[in-house]
Amino acid sequence: MSNLFDLLVAGLATGAIYALVAVGFTLLWQTSQTINFAQGEFVMLPAFLMLAAMHVGAPFWLAIILGILLSMILLGLAFKLLLVDPMMRHGVLPLAIATMALAIGIKEAVKQFFSAEASPFPSIVPTGDVSILGHAVSLQSIGVLVVAILAVFGLTALLNRTSLGHQMQAAAQNPTVARIIGVPVERMILLTFLINAFLVALASLLITPIYLAKFSSGEVLGQAAFIAAIVGGFNQVRGAIAGGLLIGVLDNLAAAYVSTQYRAAVPMIFLIAVILFRPQGLLGRAEERTV
Amino acid sequence: MKSTILAGALLAFATATSVHAQAIKLADVAELSGGGATVGTNWKNGIDLAIEEINAKGGVLGRKLEVTHADSQSNPGVARAQVQKALDAEPYVLLGPGYSGSVKVTAPLAAEAGIAQIMGGEAAELTQAGNKFLFRTSFGQQSSMPKVAKYIHDEMKAKSVAVVWVNNDFGRGGRDVVVKELDRLGSKVVADLSTEAGQADFAADVGKIKAANPDAVFVYLNEEESARILKELKRQGVTAPLMGETTLIGQKVIELAGDAANGARGHVGLTTDAPVDLIKAFREKFSKKYNYVPDHNGLKGYLAVYMVKATTEKMGKVDPKKFADTLHGLTIKAADEPGILMDVTFSDTGDIDRQSFLVEVVEGKQVVKQVLPKVK
Repeated sequence: MSNLFDLLVAGLATGAIYALVAVGFTLLWQTSQTINFAQGEFVMLPAFLMLAAMHVGAPFWLAIILGILLSMILLGLAFKLLLVDPMMRHGVLPLAIATMALAIGIKEAVKQFFSAEASPFPSIVPTGDVSILGHAVSLQSIGVLVVAILAVFGLTALLNRTSLGHQMQAAAQNPTVARIIGVPVERMILLTFLINAFLVALASLLITPIYLAKFSSGEVLGQAAFIAAIVGGFNQVRGAIAGGLLIGVLDNLAAAYVSTQYRAAVPMIFLIAVILFRPQGLLGRAEERTV
Repeated sequence: MKSTILAGALLAFATATSVHAQAIKLADVAELSGGGATVGTNWKNGIDLAIEEINAKGGVLGRKLEVTHADSQSNPGVARAQVQKALDAEPYVLLGPGYSGSVKVTAPLAAEAGIAQIMGGEAAELTQAGNKFLFRTSFGQQSSMPKVAKYIHDEMKAKSVAVVWVNNDFGRGGRDVVVKELDRLGSKVVADLSTEAGQADFAADVGKIKAANPDAVFVYLNEEESARILKELKRQGVTAPLMGETTLIGQKVIELAGDAANGARGHVGLTTDAPVDLIKAFREKFSKKYNYVPDHNGLKGYLAVYMVKATTEKMGKVDPKKFADTLHGLTIKAADEPGILMDVTFSDTGDIDRQSFLVEVVEGKQVVKQVLPKVK
C-alpha cells in the first residue's frame, strides 16, 4: 500500500509537468491551429539556455530569469514570426511537418554547441523529505506539483477572470467576430505563443534536475504531453491538465504493476481507447471545423 | 622503355619494403568521434604515449613502433569498413575498437586475416565465440561479475539483493552472470528489474526496490541512467547499500548525480586512482602530455601497446602469425615489463586475470577501499 502511495505521488509530480507542456499544446491549437511537434524540444532547450547563462557567470536565479526571457523570445516570438506565420498559409499539415523539422534542428544544435552527453542541472527545490500521512514524500516531488498547480491556476484565472483572458478566448473561438468587435486577434495569438514559451520554460526548470539536461530529453516529454493533450481533450485547457496528471500516474502504475518493458505502451493503448470511444477527449467538447 | 619502367617499379617497391621492414606497423581503429569520442580519444592517447615511450628507449627488438589511427565514428558499420581497410595494409597487430558492438562485427575480419586484435570491449560474449585472435585489455563481464557477486555476499553480507539492469547486450550480459553467481553463493535475488536505455523516470523501478526491501541493490546501467536512478533512490529514501561496476561510480556519474552518488560502491577493473605506483606514474605522464586526467580507456590503450611489446620480446621475433599463440596463456609481470602496470595473465580465450579494485564514492570522490586479488 505504501508503494502505491509513493507511485501516486511520483506519478502526479511527473504528470503535473506533462500537464504544463500539454496545456501549451492546446493553447497553440486553439488560437492558431498549430500542432507543435517540437514541444518536447521546447522543454529541453530552456534548461540549456539557463546552463549557458550560468557558464558565463550568472547566478542561478538570474540564469532562470534570463532563460525564461530568452525562451519567450526564441520559442514564443521568433517561433511565431519566422515559422508559424509563413507556414500557416499553406495549411495545418505543412506547418506540423515544419515543427518536426524544427525539433530535429533544435536537438542537433544543442548537441553541436553543448555536447551529446548529459549535464547536471541544479534544483530549485531543496532535497529532503517531509512526512505526509506517515509517508516520507520528497520535497522535490511536492515542489514540482505545487509550482505546476500554481502555474495552471494562474493561467486559468488569466483566461477566465480577466478582460485579456476573455479577449484571448474570443480570438480562439471565433477570430472573425472577435476582430469585428475590436479584439486585437493577432496580438492575442502572439500572447498565447508567449504563454506557451513561459510554460515550457517552467516545465524545463522543474523536470531537468530529475531527467538531466540532455539534447534528447525532449523526445519522451513531447510524446507524453501530446498523448496527454489528446486524451484530455485537445480543445480544453482543463482537459490537458487532467490528461497530463492521468498519463503521469498511469505510466508509473504501469511500470510497477504491468511491466517495465511495456510501460510506454500502456499510455498508447489508453490513447487508442480514448480515440475509439471518446474522440473529443475525456474533457473535450466535440467540434466541427470549416475547412 | 618497358624494362626501364619495370626496373623503376622494382626499385620503388624495394625501397618501400626496406623502409617498412624497420618499423613495426600497428593499426588502430577507435571511436574518435560520435557518442564514444571520450572512449576512443583516451584509448588513442594511451597508445600514442606508450609508443612514444617505447621508441624513445629504442623500440621493440631494435625496431620502432608505428601506428595509424582510423575513426570508427562510434558506428559498428564504419568500424567494420575501417578495420577492413586497416587489415588490407597488413599490420602486425590490430588495436581497437573500444565499443563491444564494434568489436563484435570486426573480430571475424581480423581472425580471417590471422591478425591478433587487442581491443577495449567488455561484453561477455566477445571472447566466448571461439575467436583465437581476440584479446581483452580489461575484464570481461564473466571475470568481473563473479568478483562483484562475491563482494555482495561476503563483504556486504546481503542475503537478499535487488538487481537493476539495462535491457541491452551490455546489461543483459552482466545481469545473467551476476544473478547466476549470487544464486550459487546463496544470496537471493528478490527483485530483478530490467530498465530501458535512455530511460528518464525511475520512480516506479525504485518503488519496486523499496517494496522488495533488499539488503543490497546491484545497479548495472549506463552512466546517465545510473545518475538518474541514484537521484531517485535518494529521493525515495532507499538506504540499502548500492553496488555496481565502473558505470555506477564513474566520474561522469558523480558529476551528474551529485550528493546522491555518495556511498555507492563499485568494482573497477582499471582506474587511474589505483594505489599502484606504476599507475600513478602513468597518470602523471599522461596528464603532463595531454593536459587532462585519463579515464580507464587511456590505461587500456597504453596497456595494449605494452602487450604487443611483451609478447614480441617473448617470441624474440616479429611474427604476426605466432603472436596470438604466444599471448594465450602468457603471464606478464610488472617487475619485468613496467609498462604492463600490474601482473596480468591471459587465458586461452583472450580473457585477462588481474587484480582489481573496490571503489566507494566518498564526498563526491572515488576512494579505493580494497584491492581485490587475481582470481588465480
